[in-house]
Amino acid sequence: MNGNSARGDWLLLIIFAAVVLTAPFTLSYIGAGYPDLLQKFAIFGIFAIGFNILFGLTGYLSFGHAAFLGVGSYASVWMFKLFTMNVIPAVLFSVTIAGIFALMIGFVSLRRSGIYFSIITLAFAQMSYNLAYSVLSPITNGETGLQVRHLAPTDRGPDYVLKLVDEDLRWIDQAFGVVEDGIPITNLFGIKMSGFEGFYFCAVLLIIGFFISIRISRSNFGMMLRAIKSNQNRLNYTGINTRPYLLAAFVISGMYAGLAGSLLAVTDPLAGAERMQWTASGEVVLMTITGGAGTLIGPVLGATIIKYFENIFSAINEGILQNLFSFMPEGLMDIFVAVVGMFVGKGWHLTLGLLFMVIVIFLPGGLMEGVRRIGNLFRRSSKSAAPQPSSQAAE
Amino acid sequence: MDAILLQILNGLDKGGAYALIALGLTLAFGTLGVVNFAHGALFMLGAFCAVTFNKLLSLEQVILDPIKKTAWGTPLEIRSPYIEAWLGDFGALLVDYSVPVSILVTIPIMLLVGVIMERGLIRHFYNRPHADQILVTFGLAIVLQEIIKHYFGANPIPQTAPSIVSGSANVGLWLGLGENLVYPWWRLVYFAFSAVVIFGVFAFLKFTTFGMVVRAGMFDRQTVGLLGINIQKKFTIVFGLAAVVAGVAGAMYTPILPPDYHIGMDFLVLSFVVVVVGGMGSLGGAVTAGFLLGMLQSFSSMNEIKSIFPGIDQIIIYLVAVVILLTMPRGLMGRKGVMED
Amino acid sequence: MSNSKNEISRRKVIKTSAAAMAAIGAGPVFFSRGAIAGSHGGYCNAPTGKTVTLGFNVPQTGAYADEGADELRAYKLAVKHLNGEGDGGMLNTFKPSVLKGNGVLGKKVAFVTGDTQTKSDAARASAKRMIEKDKAVMITGGSSSGVAIAVQSLCQEAGVIFMAGLTHSNDTTGKDKRANGFRHFFNTYMSGAALGPVLEKEYGKERRAYHLTADYTWGWSQEKSMKDFTEALGWQTAKTVLTPVGAGDFSQYITPVLNSGADVLILNHYGKDMVNSLSQAVQFGLRDKQVNGKNFEIVVPLFSRLMAQGAGEAIKGILGSTNWNWQLKDPASAAFVKSFGAEYGAPPSMAAHTCYVQTLLYANAAEMAGTFSPEGIAKSLEGFKFDGMGNGPTEYRAEDHQCFKDVLVVRGNQNPTSQFDLLEVVEVTPRAQVEYDAAIFGGNLGSVNAKAC
Repeated sequence: MNGNSARGDWLLLIIFAAVVLTAPFTLSYIGAGYPDLLQKFAIFGIFAIGFNILFGLTGYLSFGHAAFLGVGSYASVWMFKLFTMNVIPAVLFSVTIAGIFALMIGFVSLRRSGIYFSIITLAFAQMSYNLAYSVLSPITNGETGLQVRHLAPTDRGPDYVLKLVDEDLRWIDQAFGVVEDGIPITNLFGIKMSGFEGFYFCAVLLIIGFFISIRISRSNFGMMLRAIKSNQNRLNYTGINTRPYLLAAFVISGMYAGLAGSLLAVTDPLAGAERMQWTASGEVVLMTITGGAGTLIGPVLGATIIKYFENIFSAINEGILQNLFSFMPEGLMDIFVAVVGMFVGKGWHLTLGLLFMVIVIFLPGGLMEGVRRIGNLFRRSSKSAAPQPSSQAAE
Repeated sequence: MDAILLQILNGLDKGGAYALIALGLTLAFGTLGVVNFAHGALFMLGAFCAVTFNKLLSLEQVILDPIKKTAWGTPLEIRSPYIEAWLGDFGALLVDYSVPVSILVTIPIMLLVGVIMERGLIRHFYNRPHADQILVTFGLAIVLQEIIKHYFGANPIPQTAPSIVSGSANVGLWLGLGENLVYPWWRLVYFAFSAVVIFGVFAFLKFTTFGMVVRAGMFDRQTVGLLGINIQKKFTIVFGLAAVVAGVAGAMYTPILPPDYHIGMDFLVLSFVVVVVGGMGSLGGAVTAGFLLGMLQSFSSMNEIKSIFPGIDQIIIYLVAVVILLTMPRGLMGRKGVMED
Repeated sequence: MSNSKNEISRRKVIKTSAAAMAAIGAGPVFFSRGAIAGSHGGYCNAPTGKTVTLGFNVPQTGAYADEGADELRAYKLAVKHLNGEGDGGMLNTFKPSVLKGNGVLGKKVAFVTGDTQTKSDAARASAKRMIEKDKAVMITGGSSSGVAIAVQSLCQEAGVIFMAGLTHSNDTTGKDKRANGFRHFFNTYMSGAALGPVLEKEYGKERRAYHLTADYTWGWSQEKSMKDFTEALGWQTAKTVLTPVGAGDFSQYITPVLNSGADVLILNHYGKDMVNSLSQAVQFGLRDKQVNGKNFEIVVPLFSRLMAQGAGEAIKGILGSTNWNWQLKDPASAAFVKSFGAEYGAPPSMAAHTCYVQTLLYANAAEMAGTFSPEGIAKSLEGFKFDGMGNGPTEYRAEDHQCFKDVLVVRGNQNPTSQFDLLEVVEVTPRAQVEYDAAIFGGNLGSVNAKAC
């Protein structure tokens, strides 16, 4: 954890960046090299990294992080609707709003710990979801979701009722005289933010987010957070007030979630209430634990795997299976198709559930523990004495 | 006046259900220290015990009609239930009473499920972090759900209460309060049933030696173990009991809510809120919180209240949970030291 | 799907469809191909090989999974018929049709599937996969209006055609209409317009209605239609109450109905909410009640047979509306029921019907236009008048891309003869009665996006 590890961290960051930036090529071999899924990998990677700063370091299990994701999305879409389709203001605004929201919720919920903390955060998120779906529809557009729309007519008379959910203003774009043909798409100073361009924008932010998380993890602040996890009472007895540290971690991880939510809106300008539902909060918990809570790489790995399942496994239908097993005789093929069919397509949830169970039972530290075990195995066989920096950083 | 009384009745009815669902959950919490996200799935399994029992009873003999055809050209199927053919009126009566009678099969099945689950899975997680427990039981819940979905489909499957209690009771006449105060019979039955089960569990823990050991174990597991008592075996039985309570709660609930594979997940968050508001591991707390939240939900849904606070019925449970947890650190009746690590 | 009877031809159709699917994990999709693909025909995902790929985006998990499964069955059947396999189904009754049963424009029809989970985000993600990775030239499906609207606007942005499946909100072809989107299914306005006269005939002019409404956009839209049409009959509205989506137990909303003085309960719920609220309302003895000297009645504006099964006995005698019912006697419906029933052993649901019809309509439009380009498709479909699809003479209105046709008013069958015989048709409301001005719901259709993607 000193000079050696600092060099290891830089190496890790460089490897991480290289893997992320080449993902469109490498992942195409497993059918995941298309923009939307790549964007989702990066975005949920950011979400999970942020969640891990709270949960992995302090052990505080929040069940309401989806609320910050949702708030970030809504904030971004409102920026697109009111000011400009440029993504920079939207991202900054979302992160700020999510941070403020996290500050308020964190201030209240961090008065409790353990499962009580989890339930309070869950309660806040469920309230946000229920209200966004119904009563707050003037702001959220309810079930349909908040979308970027056509501009409101410029020659509005005095008695024109402006419905902001259905009509947009885009003051800044209008001030610069941007001409819109149909519904505009998001851009970064003219570069469109859908497709692979959108992915690279998310990827750069993911790498920055990953870098910050390494710095936090290695800092005194990170040390303090880990101390809270191992024994909060002892810290309190030594006269340290732990709550400001916890609150800081909570707000930072809320801002990560807000960034992720914002990027969801950047790559696809639509914000729906379901992003705030408790199942969405549960998803990031599962991503983090699946990959390995408390590790640096784990959360990103977990996010990638779960999103891969959701998008690729769910798309394997009977036809593809029959094609795959077509070399078999008729009867045998049908049996194979029926059995494998239980786990893919409409049965992909079953695979996911089994995966969670297997990972927790056999790899309590998540997939990263598996990676480390394999690494140890190799190390023992090659009998190298010095610990490898990369594996140490991935603890 | 009638409106208020109806809402009170409704609150009791809901509260009974909430308390019953939360009871098994808090039993597992308090004794074993396990956060069981598969508790909702146990409730769902119980409900599907009732569904399966009913399906078995109404298994039909299929004869293909030689002349009539369906719209797509296959012979029309004439179906007649075996059980009525064999047992006559008694068979019909059995089908009518399938939901309450299914309790008799639900109890052993759920006990078995609970014991297998504890021995095979939960036991290895006593000393693991809560997050691991959550993940593994959540994974199990998904697996159980998907299995049920594979065999029963995703649509709700209606179950009927016995015809004698399928209508609604004129509660108003009993109380001498006029005609408009009616309430479904089966909901009253469910309320009475939940009262009996809750009382039974309390009595079991209070008045039996077994219960005494379990309560001692809840208080301090290590010491009880040191006394030479095989607490492990007792815990297995407690988990089985929790599964049975969840299962019968589910089975009896089927005439109120047609069950589908997802019904457990729908109740999961709510039952956790009830348990935590009541205080982790406190049986009395779970029951109190169940009734409190049931009552609050019932009243917040009244039009008069909704017109003052729009949407209050959507968030009341969570709002109250937050307020209670902030003012009472361990819920209504929680003890120090439970689930705070 | 073990109930398939036609093993060999199924195997064949599936093989051909799978061929174009670049089987998951088998063939690497290169970055460069993704970036500039689809530019061949000048429009997004123009098919270049011997096949054309359609994207079927339905809920395969979650509360609507059974409905989604039925939709998927219908899509597969449509593909089969388009490729000239099976008995042809409605291909034989659909007119005017230029479909020949040899694929579309000489290309074999292949398909990819996705799971919407009935969530907008998941639905858009799977639609994007089909467009970006599998190169689908058309997306179809849906079992909820929120999802359909979200996917429709995505297809508009991406430049592919969206053929809506089951979506009932006015917004889909109203406030949120898009030039690339087309809907065959009816909407809440038509439900109200069709139910109104029947309600008057059955229950009279002096009624007080109490609405329980799912608290989201579809619910509000359904409530408004029902309120407008019943008040036009002279009914009073006692109260409208919003209920949370997925409430499960609706008892706390039903108890106030007992003392409200209302004599009709209108349940603006769909799916699981409808099943639960209806069966609970019946348990509360509402249907045995006498209020104001009249029998208390319950109305469910949108009925779906698949979901109605969940309510069991409770639906008997309840009035509602539906897009199509398998017991219709016209030759087109009979042909469809026959080939669907023979293939899967059960009659199709209304969701299956609309999905099947939409696929055929799309294929026919492509054949008419001589291209899969969204512009060509839109030109063929706009104002297209057709018959022989089970709903009588139907027109795709050009102004809002909404189909206009007769609407069915149905009643829960008192004496069902089979497990599928749940609804009986009370009245076929003629098209003229449910028509409206395209402008009343606002929205902006925009122009067809046929840009390369």
